[in-house]
Order: sequence, then C-alpha cells, then structure tokens
Amino acid sequence: MAGRDMTAWVAGLSFLSANLGALELMGWAGSAYQYGILATHWYWIGAIPAMLFLALVMMPFYYISKTHSVPGYLKLRFGEPARAVSAVSFGFMTVLMSGVNMFAMAKVLQIVLGWDINVSIWLSAGTVAVYVALGGLRSAIFNEVLQFFLIWAGVLLIPILGLHEAGGWSNLKIQIAHRTSEQYVHLWSGLGSFTGNPMGIHWTGIVFGLAAVISMGYWTTDFLVVQRILAAKDIRSAEMAPIIGAGFKMMVPFIVILPGLLGLAVLPMKLVPESVATVTGAHSYNDVLPLMLARYCGPGLLGLGITALIAGFMSGMAGNVTAFTTVWTYDIYRPLINSKGTDHHYVNMGRWTTVIGVLISVGTAYLVMQFASIMDYVQALFSFFIAPLFGTVVLGMLWKRATGPGGFWGLLLGTASSISMWAWVKVDPSALRYVAMSPHAKALAQDMYQALWSFLVCVIVTVVVSLVTKPKTDSELNGLVYGLTAVPSIGNVPIYQKPHFWAGVVVVIFFALNVYFW
Amino acid sequence: MISIWFFIGIALLVDGVLIFSAGMYELWHPPVHPVVLFSLHAPIWWGGLLAVIGAIYCLKFKPKGS
Repeated sequence: MAGRDMTAWVAGLSFLSANLGALELMGWAGSAYQYGILATHWYWIGAIPAMLFLALVMMPFYYISKTHSVPGYLKLRFGEPARAVSAVSFGFMTVLMSGVNMFAMAKVLQIVLGWDINVSIWLSAGTVAVYVALGGLRSAIFNEVLQFFLIWAGVLLIPILGLHEAGGWSNLKIQIAHRTSEQYVHLWSGLGSFTGNPMGIHWTGIVFGLAAVISMGYWTTDFLVVQRILAAKDIRSAEMAPIIGAGFKMMVPFIVILPGLLGLAVLPMKLVPESVATVTGAHSYNDVLPLMLARYCGPGLLGLGITALIAGFMSGMAGNVTAFTTVWTYDIYRPLINSKGTDHHYVNMGRWTTVIGVLISVGTAYLVMQFASIMDYVQALFSFFIAPLFGTVVLGMLWKRATGPGGFWGLLLGTASSISMWAWVKVDPSALRYVAMSPHAKALAQDMYQALWSFLVCVIVTVVVSLVTKPKTDSELNGLVYGLTAVPSIGNVPIYQKPHFWAGVVVVIFFALNVYFW
Repeated sequence: MISIWFFIGIALLVDGVLIFSAGMYELWHPPVHPVVLFSLHAPIWWGGLLAVIGAIYCLKFKPKGS
C-alpha cells in the first residue's frame, strides 16, 4: 500500500489512468464504431457528475473513515455476511475484468504482429504474472502516470490525422450520416425514443441507469480507482485529485471516441460483432483502434502507439489480478476458510493466488469472444456487481437506520436479480422488452436498465429488512455513517485553491460540451 | 527523491527522438507501401514536438545535487 504523500496532480492523473486501460482505449473506440457518439455519454454524464460527487462529498468522508476498502467498510457497517457477499462478487469481477484486458492485448498482438490469438493470450498472461510479481501499488501508481503520457503521445495523432483526412468535424458528420445514419453523431437528440438511436436506449437509461447508478457506483465505490486518491498527501489534494481527473476525463473522448467515429467514415471495410468475427475471420468492432493506428502510423509512431496500448492493458490486468489476490487471501480465505495460518502461509497463498488468478483470466479472455464487443461485456459485469453494491454502500453511509441483515439481503438479492435478468434475456431474447423496456434495445442499453433495476431491488430490500431488524447505536456508527462523523475541512485558502471553484469550472465545460454535441 | 515528471520527460524525449529519426529516415527512403497521409510526414513534427516537451520536462525536473 502506498503512503499518503502524493500531490493532487499525481493522485488525480493516477486516478484517471487507473481507468485508462483496454476498457477505455480499444473498448470505447469499438463502441463508438458500434453505437456512434452515444459512447461519449460514458465519459461525460457517465463520469463527471460522479467524479465531482466523489471529490466534494465522499472524499472528505473516505479520507478520515475507519476503512480503506469496500469489503472492510461493509464488515464494520453491516457485519461479516454482507462483507463475504461483496468479497466473492468483487473476486469474480476482478478476474472477469482481468480477462478482458488480456483479450484486448492479445487482439493488438494479433492485428499488428499477425500472431495467433491463442499464442497472444498466453503470452499476455505470462507477461502480467511477471509484472505483478515485481511491483506493488506504489510502483503501479507511478507506472500509471507514466503510461498516461505515453497513451496521449501515442494515440493523439489518430484524431488529428483522421480529422485532416475526413476534412474536419462537419465533413466527418456528413460522411458518417451518409454511410450509417445521422443519429450516430448526436448525443441527446435521438434519446427521446428507443428507436431513434443506434443503441436502442431511452434517455432514462442514460440518466438513471448510467449516470445515477453505474457511474456513481464505479467512481465512488470501486477501490481500484478510489485508493489512488487516498494516497493524496492531504485532504485538499484528495478533493482536488478527482476534479483534476474529471477535467482530463472530458478530453479523453478525443483520443478514444473520435477514432471509432473516424473508423465509420474512412475505413474501407465494414466491421462486425466479435462473435461474428471469430466465425468469419472479418475484423470486429474491437479492432477499430489498432486498425486506425496502422492506417496512419509508420514504424516509429506505430511502435509508440502499440507500447502505449500494451502499457494500458498491462496495468489493467495487473490492477485486477492484484485486487483478486488481496480479496481472495484476506477477505475470503483468511476469515472464512483458514483463520489460524501464519503470515508466511498467507504470503504464499497470495503468490499462488496470483498464478491462479492469471490462469482464470485466460479462461475469461475466451469468454469475451462470445460478446459483440468489449464494452457490451464490461458493462454487463458492472450491472451485475457494481450497481447493487452501490445501493448497499450508499445506504450504509447515508442512512443510519440501515442494519446488517438489511445490507446482506439487499446486496445478495440485488446481485442475484441482475444476473437473473441477464440470464432471462439470454434464454428468451423476447424478455428484452421487459428488462430494457424495448425489444429494440442493444446490449449496452440492456446493461443500463439491468443496473437500474438491480439497484432498486437492492435499495428496496435493504430498506424493508432494515425496518424490521434492530439498528446499531449512534456511537457504533461513528466514522461509518456520514451524519455521525466529523468531516474535516480544507481550511481557509484562496478561491483559486478551493476544490468547489474548480468543480464549478468543470461543470460549466461539461454543460457546454453536452449542448454543443446535442 | 527523483521526481516522476523527470522520468516522464526522459520517456517523451527518447520516444520523440526515435520517432523523429524514423521520420527523417522515411523522408530519404520512402516506404514501398506508405501509410495514409504519408505526405504530411507526421513522425517528423510529432516526434520533434514530443522531444521538445520531453527536454523541457527533463531540464525543469532534473534531480538536484545534495
């Protein structure tokens, strides 16, 4: 674990780049090709409000709270059963997420070097095992900031050259409308109905499913990202870090979404879903970023771009495998299976778990091939695990009446309901009209509504069970519930050093961008 | 302690010089199958820009003697 000595800039960039792996780069470029500019919602309304909420509301609380991990918090707030449920679901999520990074890295090796996908997956697995063995969180933080600059240096040239080739943004929109439909370049205007946009989603899915549930849950309770901020040197730096991250986050679509949109306009071939590509051998949506890199970049630039991508995948895999090792060893194995082992025993268990985590990730890498695109897969995972967890954590932090049994049953049934809805649609595709409120919904739209319903199931069950069970006393909840904890202040500083001022600047830019691309 | 920004400067400087050199080489020995927009010679100006930014970071954040 890193000490608390990071400046706001290092913590903020590390916070952002912890979320700039395969998921961001290749996944969202592919989704932009698949769904058009709607993919930008995951960077703006699906990130900025949650990052500012984390900075101004949650961070002061987290910074002085009694725990620095979600399972740890759930144990203190709701007791052992709720902690065990979250540890198991978090363990599942980390290996499933590690697998998607591995798959993406293998895809790049396959496209650029022409290697077989199976060889590429196993090579990626070996590399990440060595990478995790050599570094801890502190090295991961510095590596992520370094990688952030490499990514921008390597990939920024694609939108610059792409816009030049397309003849500017206005001509790009015309070309995309000509080759697909006009709705591929509008953020909000097609969201009034399920059929007016390429994703088959209504604005309620974006605002409530994405912004209010998945995004809030991801940015405020996923400790893979939050722990970066907790390494900030003081409370003001801890509040500023997510705001700095939010400022950069608004620019990321320029290197991630724009290449996907450019691919729609300039690539000569038509890309297909991954599940189709594995059968036909054609290029899939996931290939759009490497294809665009190879289109514009000669040997030197291609090398930098590929290095940047691989650095992103490595840190994504390493972060998830490390988190899996920690959760298995300290949150599942020690409390539930063997609580009497020596320190040496647990260290050895951690080492073996790393190897096993990498091997399970290899299996999950193959699972991604069954989905149309990387993001369809990742957002399904978020709807399973993050949405209900957010319900439990937010009720625990903000409502002192929430009880242990309430937290446990809410989390368990919330998670079960999300997975059940997904399985229901898998078995009977016509169920989509109930789960996603429209038979026209695409996978990403289904994920958003699944998240919303599972969050509501979690909240309703938690509230009902809490009201019929005995609550903890106020003194037991000190440091665990917002209203019962003395939250520190940043003190008297000039206005340009105040987090609220910079959050206001971010909000103004956020609204301007949404209106411009309406 | 050596600043992380110094390492970022080194990474950008080295990458910039390599990309710039590759671009200059391509200028005199054009590839048989050039990339799209080859005529813009992106590696030369992009590599040059990265090298300049990297050099500024290296100078500004170079480790101070004890």
